Amino acid sequence: MTRRIEQFHAARWAEPLIMQLGTHGERGLLPPAPEPEIAKAAGKAAARIPGALRRKAPPRLPEVSQQTVVRHFTRLSQMTMGVDATPDMMGTCTMKYSPKVHEHIARLPELREIHPLQDDSTIQGLLEILYRMNRIMCEVAGMDDFTFQPGSGAQGIYTNACIIRAYHASRGQLGQRREIITTAFSHPADAATPAVAGFKVITLFPGDHGYPELDALKAALSEHTAGIMFTCPEDTGLFNPRLREFVELVHKAGGLAAYDQANGNGLLGIIRAGDAGFDLCQFNLHKTFSAPHGSIGLGCAAVGVKRHLQKFLPNPVVAFDGKSYRLEADRPDAIDKIRAFLGNVPTVLKAYAWVMSLGAGGLKAVAETAVLNNNYLLAGIARIRGASIPWPANPHHRLEQVRYSWERLAQDTGVTTDQIMLRMVDYGLQHYMTSHVPMLVPQPFTIEPGESYSLAELDECLETLRRISEEAYSQPELVKSAPHRASVPRLDESAVDDPAKWAFTWRAWQRKHAALAD
Amino acid sequence: MPRDRTSVHPYIPNTSPSVRARMLAATGVASPADLYDAIPGALRLKRPLDLPPPIASEHALRRHVESLLAKNRSCADLLNFRGAGCWQHYVPAICDEIAGRGEFLTAYAGWSYSDHGKLQALFEYQSMIGELVGLEVVSTPTYDWGAAANSAVAMACRLTGRRQILVPASMDRARLSQMRGFTKPFATITEVAFDRKTGELDRRDLAARLGAGTAAVYIEMPSFLGTVDAGAPDIVKRAHAKGALAVVGVDPSTLGVLEAPGNYGADLVVGDLQPLGIHMNGGGGQAGFIASRDEPRFVDEYPSFLISLVQAPESGAFGFGVGTLDRTSYHKRHDATDYYGTTQFLWGITAAVYLSLMGPQGMRELGEGIIQRAAYAAERLGRIKGVKAPLFTGPFFKEFVVNFDRTGKTVAAINRRLLRRGILGGKDLSHAFPALGQSALFCVTEIHDRAAIDRLVAALKEAVS
Repeated sequence: MTRRIEQFHAARWAEPLIMQLGTHGERGLLPPAPEPEIAKAAGKAAARIPGALRRKAPPRLPEVSQQTVVRHFTRLSQMTMGVDATPDMMGTCTMKYSPKVHEHIARLPELREIHPLQDDSTIQGLLEILYRMNRIMCEVAGMDDFTFQPGSGAQGIYTNACIIRAYHASRGQLGQRREIITTAFSHPADAATPAVAGFKVITLFPGDHGYPELDALKAALSEHTAGIMFTCPEDTGLFNPRLREFVELVHKAGGLAAYDQANGNGLLGIIRAGDAGFDLCQFNLHKTFSAPHGSIGLGCAAVGVKRHLQKFLPNPVVAFDGKSYRLEADRPDAIDKIRAFLGNVPTVLKAYAWVMSLGAGGLKAVAETAVLNNNYLLAGIARIRGASIPWPANPHHRLEQVRYSWERLAQDTGVTTDQIMLRMVDYGLQHYMTSHVPMLVPQPFTIEPGESYSLAELDECLETLRRISEEAYSQPELVKSAPHRASVPRLDESAVDDPAKWAFTWRAWQRKHAALAD
Repeated sequence: MPRDRTSVHPYIPNTSPSVRARMLAATGVASPADLYDAIPGALRLKRPLDLPPPIASEHALRRHVESLLAKNRSCADLLNFRGAGCWQHYVPAICDEIAGRGEFLTAYAGWSYSDHGKLQALFEYQSMIGELVGLEVVSTPTYDWGAAANSAVAMACRLTGRRQILVPASMDRARLSQMRGFTKPFATITEVAFDRKTGELDRRDLAARLGAGTAAVYIEMPSFLGTVDAGAPDIVKRAHAKGALAVVGVDPSTLGVLEAPGNYGADLVVGDLQPLGIHMNGGGGQAGFIASRDEPRFVDEYPSFLISLVQAPESGAFGFGVGTLDRTSYHKRHDATDYYGTTQFLWGITAAVYLSLMGPQGMRELGEGIIQRAAYAAERLGRIKGVKAPLFTGPFFKEFVVNFDRTGKTVAAINRRLLRRGILGGKDLSHAFPALGQSALFCVTEIHDRAAIDRLVAALKEAVS
C-alpha cells in the first residue's frame, strides 16, 4: 500500500481536444440512409423547410475516425478518478461501491429501450419495481408514500418545498406562512430551493455542540413559519439529539418538518424519519442506495411523505389493484411536474437491486460499518499533526462523516486545506471535500468513508494525510505547489472568472485567443 | 469458516469479525451500537426493518430483477412511433462503451486535477452543443429540457426585470406544468395560440400578448406538435422589438439541417440531449442544456456549473476550471434564485461521444434522412380513409400530428389495436389538446426503414376500418 501511494502517477496523455483531431472528410459513423423508394416518394421534403431555417454553414463538429473517438474518450476516462479506480471519501457525497451487476441488468432492452409513455400494460415490470421500491422506502423511512421523480438531492429538497407550499396553499395559509427554517451545516439546497419556491429562508447557526440549539429554533418560529428543512446529522457528522423536539416545536407553530436524509447512510435501520415525526423526507438513491454518481449525473431523490401529504406528490404515481400496475395522473391536488416523465428510473432499479441484495440486516450493517469506518478514520486523523476536530465540547461520536479542520496546520505552516486537497491527488486518492458555504469551520475538510472501503484502504487514506501533514511541516512548498503527479500540471485558474479570458466553448476560446494575440 | 462466510457481505468488507475487532479497539468502543450514543433511545428503531429477505447470491439477484424486467415489452421488440419528448434514435455502440467506462460512471465531484478527463469531455460537449446552436456559452447538463427551459425563462425575468413569459399553446402539457410550478413565485405564463391550419405560432396573437411586461418569448423548434415554424426568426425580432428575450427550445438532432438558433437571434437556447446517443431508459435518458451569447450579464445568471478551458502557466498545457461558482446556489444559499445539484453529466459526456462520431456530415445525413422518412410516413398514412396526416400544413422534422376524427375511432382504441400487432402508435393528444379531436403525435426517426413504416400503414389501415 505504501508502495502504491509513493509510486503513483496519474495518466497524463496530454490529449488534445477532439476538435483538434482528425482531418476534413474523416467520419466516425454512417447513419442509416433512407431507401431509394423513400427518398423518391418523399421527394423534396427537405426543401419544404423554409430557407431562413435551413442550415447555411455546417456545424463545426469534429471530423474523426471511429477509432480516434474510442481512443480519445478512453484516454479521458483514464484521467478521471472514478470510484472504480480510485478511493474517494469525499464528505457529503456518500461515495460507495456501485455494484457492476446492476449496470448489466440496466443494460437490458427491457429497461434501456423503454419509452416512458408506453402503455401501462407493456411496462408492468418497470411499474412493479417502482411500486416495490416505494414500499421498501416507506419501511426504511417510516413514511406512507414516495415519489422518485426528482433528479437529484437538490431537486428532491425542492420537491419538499413545493409540497410544503401546496399544503399551506390548500389551507389558505400560504399568504401568512412565508418562512422556511434551515440550518447552516445543511446542504446549500436546503436554503436555496425553498427560496426558489418563494419562501423567505431563515438559517439557524450551530451552538457549542456543533448543532443548533432549541432556543435558536424557538426564536425563529412564528405564525409565519411554513416549515423546516432539517438535516441530521448535518455535514459535520454530528447528530442533534433534540431532533424530535425540533419537529414538535415546528408542528406546534403550524409548520411542516422535512428531513433531508442525504446524510442518512449511517442511519439505515437505526432511526426513521417517520418515527421522529417528520412529514416529509428525502434520500439520494445515487448516494446512499449505491446507484453510481455518473460524473455528477443520473441522480434520483426518493421523496417520502406522510399520508396527509400524499395527494400532493407529483404526477404520475404508480397504483396497484392487486393484479396489475398502472400510472395514475388524474390527481387534482398534485404539485406541478418536477421532472419529465417518471424520473431517472434506471437509478431506482439499481437502488432496488441493492436493497434486495442486502435485506434489513444488510442495511443495518451498511449503517453500522459506515459509522465504524468513520470513527476509525477519526481516531487516526485526531493523531495527525495539525489536524483538529471541531466542537470538543460535544461528547458524542460522529456518525457517517466528519468535518475536520487544518486550522492549526495552516497557522504553523501556511499550508491551506485547498492545497492539501490537491496534494492528495498526487497519492492516487480522490481529494476530500472542504466544506459547503458558509465555511464556518476554519480550513475545513470533510471526509465520509462509507461502508465500502477495506481497512487497508482506510489506512492508506490515513497514511496519505499523515504524509501530507509531515510534508507541510518539513517542505511546505511541495504541498503548496501540488499537484505534481496529476493528469495535468498546475493551471492558471484565474481565467475562469475573467470575462475576457473565460471560454466555455472551443469557439469562444478561439475567438478570445485570436483577440488576445492581436 | 462458515460464520465468516455468512457475516461478510461482498459489498461491506469490514464486517469480518477479526477486522471489526481491530477497528473497534482502535475506535475505543465495544460495539458499533456504542457509536450511536448521540441518538436518544426513544428515537431508535427497536426491531429489524420489515423488508423482503435478502437475495444473497449475485446469480439469484440477477434472476429476480431480470424476471421483473421480463414483464416489460421494450421498443427493441415493439415497433415504436411514440416520441413526445423522448425519442428512439440509433445509439452507436461507442456511446454505450464510453458511458459504461467505470471511471466516468463512478466519478463524482472531483475537479481540475483529479477529474481532468471528465472536465475535458464535458468541455467538449459544451463546445459541440455551442456549434450546433451557434452560441458561445453552454451549460453543463441540467436535469432535462424542462429544467433548462425553466432556468432560461427565469434568467430572462432577472435580465429584463419583467415578469411575463409567453409560451406556445402547442407546448407539451407536462413541460408547461414544470414551468408553471417553477415560475409561480416570480412570473406569470401566458400561452400564445397556434395556427390550427399550419401548426405555427399565431403571430397576431403573439403581437396582442407581447408587451412591455414580457420578459421572454419561449418557442420550440420544432414545436411539441412537430411543426418547424417558418416564423421563428420573425418571432425573435418581435420579441426584441419589445425588449423581451427570445428563448428557443430545440431538439438538437435537427441541427445538422436546421439553422442554429443563435444565427437567427435567439438569446437563450435550451433543449434535450437524449436524442444524441442516449437510450430512452424509460425517461432516464433525458438531460438538458442552456446556451447563450458570451456576455457577462448572461453568464452571471446561469444556475449551472460552466467548465472553462484554461492553460498551465509554463507549458501552456490545456486544463479546465469551473467558472464563476459564486453565482450558483451552492454559494448563494438563501439568496438563490435558481438551484443546481447532481444532474445528468454522464449524458453530457455521451452526447460529446455521439457528436464526435457523427460530425457535420453525419448530422446532416441524419436530419435529411429523418425528414424524408417522416414525410414518407405522413404521406402514406394520409392516404388511409378518414385519416388526416399530417394534420398541419407546416413543414415538420420527425414528428407530425395525425387526426382520426373521420374514422369514428378514438386514438386509444386505435393504439390498442396497433399494440396487438406489436406497434406502439403515436402519443394520444386527445386529453392534452382536446381541440385537436382524436389526434396523435407520431415520431419517425432513422431507425424506421421503409418496411417498418409500411407495416405501420398497413396495421393502421386495419385498425381504423
